[in-house]
Amino acid sequence: MASSTLSTAWLRYRLRWKRRRLLYRALRKRRQLSVVSDKTRLIQKEHIIAASTVRNEMVRLPYFLEHHRNLGVHHFLIVDNASEDGTSEYLAEQPDVSLWTTAHSYRLSRFGLDWLTWLQGQHASGHWCLTLDADELLIYPHYETRPLPALIEWLDRTGRQSFGALMLDMYPKGPVLDQPYAPGDDPTQTLSWFDGGNYMIQKQAPNQNLWIQGGVRARAFFSEDPRRAPTMGKVPLVKWHWRYVYVNSSHALLPRELNHLYDEMGGEKTSGILLHTKFLNTVVEKSAEEKERQQHFQNSALYEDYYDALLNNPDLWCEHSTRITGWRQLEAMGLMSRGNWI
Amino acid sequence: MSVGIIMLVHTAFDRAEEVARHWAAAGCPVVFHVDKNVKDDAYYGFVKSMSDLPDTRFVKRHRCEWGTWGLVAATQAAAQTLLDDFPDVRHVYLTSGACLPLRPLQELFDYLDERPQTDFIESATTADVPWTIGGLDRERFLLRFPFSWRRQRMLFDIYVRFQRAVGYKRTIPNGVVPHMGSQWWCLTRQTLSAILEDPERKTYDRFFRKVWIPDESYFQTLSRLYSRQIESRSLTLSKFDYQGKPHMFYDDHLQLLRRSDCFVARKIWPFANRLYEAFLTDPDGAMKRTEPNPGKIDRIFAKAVDRRTRGRPGLYMQSRYPAEGRENGVTCAQYSIFEGFSDLFENFEPWLAKTTGARVHGHLFAPDRVEYSDGQTVMNGALSDSAKLRDYNKRAFLTSLIWNTRGERQCFQLGPMDEIEDIEWDIAKDPNAQISVITGAWAIGLFKSNRNFADIRKEAARLQQIESTHLNALRSEWAKARIRIWTMAEFIEAPMEPLQTIIDEIGRTRRKTLAEAPKMTDLKGFPQFLQSLKNQGMHPYLMGDFPIDPGKPDTQEPKPKPYLIK
Repeated sequence: MASSTLSTAWLRYRLRWKRRRLLYRALRKRRQLSVVSDKTRLIQKEHIIAASTVRNEMVRLPYFLEHHRNLGVHHFLIVDNASEDGTSEYLAEQPDVSLWTTAHSYRLSRFGLDWLTWLQGQHASGHWCLTLDADELLIYPHYETRPLPALIEWLDRTGRQSFGALMLDMYPKGPVLDQPYAPGDDPTQTLSWFDGGNYMIQKQAPNQNLWIQGGVRARAFFSEDPRRAPTMGKVPLVKWHWRYVYVNSSHALLPRELNHLYDEMGGEKTSGILLHTKFLNTVVEKSAEEKERQQHFQNSALYEDYYDALLNNPDLWCEHSTRITGWRQLEAMGLMSRGNWI
Repeated sequence: MSVGIIMLVHTAFDRAEEVARHWAAAGCPVVFHVDKNVKDDAYYGFVKSMSDLPDTRFVKRHRCEWGTWGLVAATQAAAQTLLDDFPDVRHVYLTSGACLPLRPLQELFDYLDERPQTDFIESATTADVPWTIGGLDRERFLLRFPFSWRRQRMLFDIYVRFQRAVGYKRTIPNGVVPHMGSQWWCLTRQTLSAILEDPERKTYDRFFRKVWIPDESYFQTLSRLYSRQIESRSLTLSKFDYQGKPHMFYDDHLQLLRRSDCFVARKIWPFANRLYEAFLTDPDGAMKRTEPNPGKIDRIFAKAVDRRTRGRPGLYMQSRYPAEGRENGVTCAQYSIFEGFSDLFENFEPWLAKTTGARVHGHLFAPDRVEYSDGQTVMNGALSDSAKLRDYNKRAFLTSLIWNTRGERQCFQLGPMDEIEDIEWDIAKDPNAQISVITGAWAIGLFKSNRNFADIRKEAARLQQIESTHLNALRSEWAKARIRIWTMAEFIEAPMEPLQTIIDEIGRTRRKTLAEAPKMTDLKGFPQFLQSLKNQGMHPYLMGDFPIDPGKPDTQEPKPKPYLIK
């Protein structure tokens, strides 16, 4: 008993230093950002903020912004990582977007997190803050009738500071290149299928988060090497404090209490879904670029096969794919839960 | 007007104003109490916005913190003003700024007119209420609670523990019996004035000042002293979650609220425009009366508590990941595992599928791939047939399969040649598993194989070792599955009876005698095969006894075979 208390204390101490190290890293990386359009003075006390790092996302951004505005996001903090498709110009025009730009390495910025940590610490402390990629759309139980202010009021009332979501890879029926998509369209109109029940969970020490893998990418690309299958659990919504820091993409945070998104006594906590729109027809072109730039994995060489498969214009659909019909379906399937928020 | 309204407000003043105007338009006087924590400009803004209504009053502001005396003091002050200033009032209805009338007010007035002497206040003795949070029921009245539960939790806890330790107990004044209930009541002038003008009021106030959550007990207790007729229920619909926090109602609750038999509901989310529109702005059309069905509302909320505290058995997901032993069922539905049956019977799988109507898989844990039924490469939920994916997390594989196929019974084969290592204990401990084992039947496969005998001998020793360990798990005291084990020799003696039992338990075909038996494989020469193993120094014992007795008239009796002599 005494020794376990002691080792817990030692672990907590180490994690505290790890968190400080990451914060310091973000502090140093702030110099890599140059401001394009700073509208942060518009942020008010109760506002909900979204933060994102983007690169060449002109196709997705219109719907991404619309969806999250409708949910009740008041302000977006966006870092543009050297886009060449007009993303920067488009974002600078948006009334509720503050934009920074950088041409530095995405990978060396811990996949954009160092930049975002700095911006969140500056502008989102005390606010509920969404950390998203441009190919993620947050939904949660009742999201059509209860916008984010209702959700965060509930989270505040039940004493929660973070809200988890499962990333759900959406894909079309048929080869991915053949599916038309116009900017501004709802991507789930073409990407209307998902893998409904092949997720694998482990609890991870020392951050005490759940490591969730599975979905279509595990099935189609990593069946020979499941360990490398992408992580699907995320913590996109956090009542931000400048002391907080994401550890590993937005899959886990420090302090680790923020990762306690699950009930261990058998009950269900309220949780959501990130609809992942990676497999729009742009995925092939983007994968070619990603493979070339080697910015998306710590050890990109190990993911050559994955990229090659993506470059082959794959058809991800199988006869046991599920067609999305709405949040109630996802809740009934057990991919997310209302908990007792009814 | 015979009904007067007390409204306790601390936030969302625009909604409070909207509702107050609704009451006022029906002729009800409204007395407001605004929390002292509200900033002055917000307060005066609100006062100003209500100034055009003649029959409204504002009373002295108290600091209202949850669970403290301030709420009672506020209510007392407002009630006094209401009774003094509006002599026509007969019933006083206590509401908050987050309350919303659900039914046309005229219905409420009529209802109360028919019951002029009745006090509507939920009021039960502490022994009879299930909703005490934090383990404090009777102690609410017997200890002192000077500290805030929300802000000074540590002091609160320490002081409670201290009082318990020294055995401190307060005396309840005049022997009144403490009652508790919803703080949202509707009392008659007679009862309310009797409480407020009681010569002993100072004594009672002093006592309740240090009671925990006095707003749930002050009026509930004292009304018992004076009321002529108490109806112990609240006219306000108010739901609490399992931690005692009130539920919010949102736009999507509109249909549910229409089914309520209550007159008022709380708490309404301030931005629930549709609710406010439906219940306030259109008195005729929007109030489409639905047959009240409060039971339905209760059930929905009870189910929510259940989902939050117990969850869906057999589900593992991002926000439900029970610790070992807390699963409330490892899997979500019953399933059957057959060990050795498909070795012994040639057509076991199709036969089982036909007899039971269940989905019958091959060896789900086979080393090279997952053998789903009908040779499928992917199952419900897009579960892959990759052995590597399966072995990466076998437990997730099994629980997912059972979860994904809810409503259809799953059966599969298992044997020592499968990858059973990390899964056998999970299965053995799962009450949903029905496991039927014919021990030693794996030897039939070796017997029929065309391999070198040295290899066979080695493999037989290995499989026997694995099955023996496996049987230890099945026979252990932790095993919770329904497990039946026969040796092969035992089973082939009378195969129909055990088969019938297993099929009956699967329960698709009710009490039907098996019309057709599966075809047993030809075991001619099997005893000799076992003997050869023995002769090679291996001891095959899991099959049971297969004596080599040439005189025995059974299937093992070699029949004359036509053969050719060159």
